[in-house]
Amino acid sequence: MMSSLLSSSNLAVNPDRSSARRKKKKKINHNPQIQSENPQIEWKSDAQQQIYSSKLLHALQQVRLSSSGPRRVRDAAYGVLAATARGRTRWSRAILTSRLKLKFMKKTSMARRRRKVLTVIATAGSQQRRKSKVGVLRLKSKCLPAFQRKARVLSRLVPGCRKQPLPVVLEETTDYIAALQMQVRAMSALAELLNVSGSSSSSTAQLGSM
Amino acid sequence: MSSRRSRSRHSGSSRITDDQINDLVSKLQQLLPEMHSRRSDKKSATKVLQETCNYIRSLHREVDDLSERLSELLENADTTQADLIRSLIMQ
Repeated sequence: MMSSLLSSSNLAVNPDRSSARRKKKKKINHNPQIQSENPQIEWKSDAQQQIYSSKLLHALQQVRLSSSGPRRVRDAAYGVLAATARGRTRWSRAILTSRLKLKFMKKTSMARRRRKVLTVIATAGSQQRRKSKVGVLRLKSKCLPAFQRKARVLSRLVPGCRKQPLPVVLEETTDYIAALQMQVRAMSALAELLNVSGSSSSSTAQLGSM
Repeated sequence: MSSRRSRSRHSGSSRITDDQINDLVSKLQQLLPEMHSRRSDKKSATKVLQETCNYIRSLHREVDDLSERLSELLENADTTQADLIRSLIMQ
């Protein structure tokens, strides 16, 4: 009886008696698609660029309605890029979190005071880090100061990677660069599209481009 | 290179290996525009990091320029629905 129960529970999802390990094995057998799902976004593909472009277009229309300006466009571009990443990378989550914080803090007057304090702390901290050689990236194999310096600069350039160890920073950088490249491609294409439609007559330009 | 490896032997507790790092660095190198055509292993890791930082900064600048351009174009553009239609046709 017990053996038959166990064997049947291997096929079906039985949360009561099975241990955590058995659950994981069952899920793997039952749903192989979850494991084979590609966690990384393929930024080079046209499909991704299309997804990003259409989302960006929607976001830009909202920007037009409220208050336009290059900073709004840029913020929208990065926000849409982070959203397109589907929360798989640290840099995208960091962008989205910072936008939420900004939206929340905008309404309070404490925001200005907090921002000033944070910038003071940040600059003091970064100065201290430069003086002391034991930095955040404590990799003993890469003790060369030049390499550590560059790695620290890189971790500051990529959002959400300031306190991350080196392998994480490198992985995030790889994805971040690919995403930025796609962003530049998409925005250039969009600018071209708007440029062409704005200057010459719209219908003939469209037919010509097709 | 040999000095780096001897140091990594001392750091027995850290699981991050040199090979792992070098692998990631080489992957990064492939993304950089300069070494796109020919893949040379001669670039030191520090150089790759430096070029990566420069490349990211230049990409940020490009995005800033494009946002300037887009904001100007958006101000002059007449209809909003036409943008959507055109982007769909672009496929």
